[in-house]
Amino acid sequence: MTSINKPPVRHPSDRRNAIGLTKADYEGGMSTLCAGCGHDSVTAALVQAFWELDLPPHRAAKMSGIGCSSKTTGYFMRQSHGFNAVHGRMPSVTTGANAANGELTYIGISGDGDSLNIGLGQMVHAIRRNVNMLYVIENNGVYGLTKGQFSAAADLGSTSRKGEVNEQAPIDPVLLALTLGATFVARSFSGDKAQLVPILKAGLSHRGFALIDVISPCVSFNDHEGSTKSYAYVRGHEVETVATDFVPLRREITMPESHEAVTTVQMHDGSRVRLHATAPGYDPTDRETAYRHARACLDRGEVATGILFIDKAGRDLHDMNRTVDTPLAHLPFDALCPGKAALDALMARYR
Amino acid sequence: MSRVNDFAFKSGTVNGTGSASANSLLMQAIFRMGIPVTGKNIFPSNIQGLPTWYEVRVSRDGYTGRPPAIDLVVALNPSTYAQDIKSVCSGGYVVFDSSWPLDPSLLRDDVTMLGIPLGDLCREAFAGDRDRTLLRNIAYAGALTALLQIDLTVVEQMLTEKYGRKKALLESNYRAIRLGYDYARAHFTCPLPFHCEPMDRTGGAILMDGNTACALGALYAGATVGAWYPITPSTSLMETFKAFCQEYRVDPESGRNRYCILQAEDELASAGMVLGASWMGARAFTCTSGPGVSLMQEFLGYAYYAELPGVFFNVQRTGPATGLPTRTQQADLLSMAYASHGDTKHIILFPADPAECFTLTVAAFDITERFQTPVFVATDIDIGMNDWMIPRLQWDDAFVPDRGKVLDEAALAQVKKFFRYVDTDGDGVTARTLPGVGGKGAYFTRGSGHDQWGNYTEDSAAYQDLMDRIKRKFETAERALPAPVVHRRDGATIGIVMIGSPDAPVREAVDRLAAQGVAVDVMRIRSFPFAPAVREFLDQHRTVFVIEQNRDAQLRALLTVETGFPRDAMIPLIDYAGQPLTAGAIVTAMSAHLQEASV
Ligand SMILES: Cc1ncc(C[n+]2csc(CCOP(=O)(O)OP(=O)(O)O)c2C)c(N)n1
Ligand code: SF4
Ligand SMILES: [Mg+2]
Repeated sequence: MTSINKPPVRHPSDRRNAIGLTKADYEGGMSTLCAGCGHDSVTAALVQAFWELDLPPHRAAKMSGIGCSSKTTGYFMRQSHGFNAVHGRMPSVTTGANAANGELTYIGISGDGDSLNIGLGQMVHAIRRNVNMLYVIENNGVYGLTKGQFSAAADLGSTSRKGEVNEQAPIDPVLLALTLGATFVARSFSGDKAQLVPILKAGLSHRGFALIDVISPCVSFNDHEGSTKSYAYVRGHEVETVATDFVPLRREITMPESHEAVTTVQMHDGSRVRLHATAPGYDPTDRETAYRHARACLDRGEVATGILFIDKAGRDLHDMNRTVDTPLAHLPFDALCPGKAALDALMARYR
Repeated sequence: MSRVNDFAFKSGTVNGTGSASANSLLMQAIFRMGIPVTGKNIFPSNIQGLPTWYEVRVSRDGYTGRPPAIDLVVALNPSTYAQDIKSVCSGGYVVFDSSWPLDPSLLRDDVTMLGIPLGDLCREAFAGDRDRTLLRNIAYAGALTALLQIDLTVVEQMLTEKYGRKKALLESNYRAIRLGYDYARAHFTCPLPFHCEPMDRTGGAILMDGNTACALGALYAGATVGAWYPITPSTSLMETFKAFCQEYRVDPESGRNRYCILQAEDELASAGMVLGASWMGARAFTCTSGPGVSLMQEFLGYAYYAELPGVFFNVQRTGPATGLPTRTQQADLLSMAYASHGDTKHIILFPADPAECFTLTVAAFDITERFQTPVFVATDIDIGMNDWMIPRLQWDDAFVPDRGKVLDEAALAQVKKFFRYVDTDGDGVTARTLPGVGGKGAYFTRGSGHDQWGNYTEDSAAYQDLMDRIKRKFETAERALPAPVVHRRDGATIGIVMIGSPDAPVREAVDRLAAQGVAVDVMRIRSFPFAPAVREFLDQHRTVFVIEQNRDAQLRALLTVETGFPRDAMIPLIDYAGQPLTAGAIVTAMSAHLQEASV
């Protein structure tokens, strides 16, 4: 995790959110990524989302694997604990951390290689466990950090910068997550902050595993003609399923009800996401519709973006394991140790 | 010499037929008669249909190692008749099912064949193939009850305790016991020359396996997160932990759990879950065996370098690869000691029996948090899955866990700034904070280069500085870990060095050598890295034997590397056949060597 410590710059004009923090308070070390890297835009969108949500930084945990994308947890929320795990294994670390303390907001940042190649098994099982976390895949179709090899997200027939053609079918994290029963599935584009920020906020408010696949072009190795993960390609092929507004619980503002077919989904914490379907009849609470839509876009060479699916009734890791409300990490010793009398009594069983 | 309460018997059966319950019934009944007893289950990696053996040793002197000789064999598995009949000592007995003729070539004239038509008896008495098969085992238990003078009322009492409410089952088990018992009394001279007589040597003892004791240790140490991937022989550790949690860790008001057991997708994930939970401040552990340890390597190195706690139970089995999954060995020493790439080292604790499984597990949770590094608790199949006679486990309610250097909100308020890896008192251990704490507590946990301030670095000096500090931490640990247990005899110039389960046969062997006039000191090492006392013991003895259960003398290799004691000055006494050691084998090997050396 490379980062350069930068002094927090205070602009007197910086607006403060409800807990008195400015956007600068949600920033981290200086990015060492390539200029123009999509991942930096995702970082900026995350900062915006945290600030707008009034998230107390010390109540969040930043989790990541290895890759250029995974480095970015060093570039936001310097007042949060961070865990930069080993390549592809961030989901298991987050699962353990969340089991121990479900009260924190878990922000997982991964790459397509980290999630869909080496870490596919762990991501899949974190989805199945419905670990309550935001899970962002900063998807550029390549291994950035090891300099441009195809990842499992590279599209069939797309070319590498060296002109090599990818012959293997890609893994689409959105389709995969829908099949696995993920409870929140979305896709966005690093260059579309207006769409990305509300999606991130909705994902953060979702109780359960919120997968957001963010197309995030690698300007050094995958932003050329022939790459379907380039800025030019995505800009030209984005199909927004649903326009998203996110209304936090504490700062509800009246929305102009001018859109047709607005679906309002109340999140676990009481906040609301308003989804404006652009495709007629699109129902983001129906898994079948979501799957068919994403599939159809893919077949047309388009990228379905927006919040594609939400199931807010899903049971998360703690529900499934029936854990007590107090975080396990905070239970006092005498609530855990049965004590001498119990052991003495237990010994009779082994006679 | 009297053979009362000093003999061994063995059953050779087919697994999945219910012989396990017959064997433990007999063993427990003998135990309740006040006679020291141990059992070793030698079972296949299979659910049904392969040969399995169970050895029970009755020892009035309290020796719990594998029996020196088998006095009686119950041969119920035709496919192993030949080897089972061969395994009885001269003058011994073979109990077999005479419902079918026995191949006359298998007969031995130096052993007595006791044929009991178990199959026929059960066919007449019970209906259904399943019942007949299961109860055939109980019937031979009945025969042994008569032959070995085991207290029938104790046996029946145990059946009552086991099947209490299931009337029909209890009834048929009673009948099966009587079938065998009565047949033996009617047809043979009971008891045999070796047999049981009540004693009073088990009053303060229990029969428990090591996995159960480790699970209890984790429960009592306050572990709340268990992450695992099933693998023999560690599986019962987590399953037992779960059962204990269901009993002791359910909040009475809400009915909700004060624990979380995560069955991971593989051992990489279970290791990651342990680290995540420990990072968050919960006491977390995993249990596995060799193949799992191999998969956990990357995370173990991460935890060493990023300094995260976590308890890793390794119930060793016979490697390499899948190896013999149900046979015992101590062959993961090197793979645990230096697990992962780069300069790493890991703390390992070596319990010798289930009693120590309990105490060292409790210690492991303290040690891992105190030194902020993974701790292995290394046992093996023999300790983990066999029932051992051990003193009742004790707990002191005054126990306070050592959570190590953790700065909470109040402590953070006292410091100007918090830096994760600054060593303020020179012991090599630096303070950590737990996520969620406010104020200046935040830091970044990373496996990439970092300096003492917790920042990323590629600077050589800062990197070396941190690596040297971790080394210092391990030097502090060496002195704080459970010390070796040393038994000395007057005038001994010979020393044995060993770890773990061979403790019982080694102690027996040393007694036997003493009876022959050979005085031998024993040092049982209980932790790695080695305490300074280890090297001292090596220096104090003219002849040093290192007893261990692996082919390559891994303990000796570790001793050489870590203490600098010359490798060839230590005589390896190795056994890697996958069975628990016997005192006889140790005495024979040592005597042969000593004789050779004196020629
Ligand atoms: C076990 C292991 N194998 C290989 C690597 C080398 N490695 C580092 S990052 C990376 C690929 C990262 O790709 P991705 O997740 O897509 O991140 P990006 O850099 O594209 O953002 C690889 C192969 C590693 N760190 N660990
Ligand atoms: S190599 Fe690609 S992914 Fe990595 S920082 Fe540069 S542009 Fe971003
Ligand atoms: Mg990538």
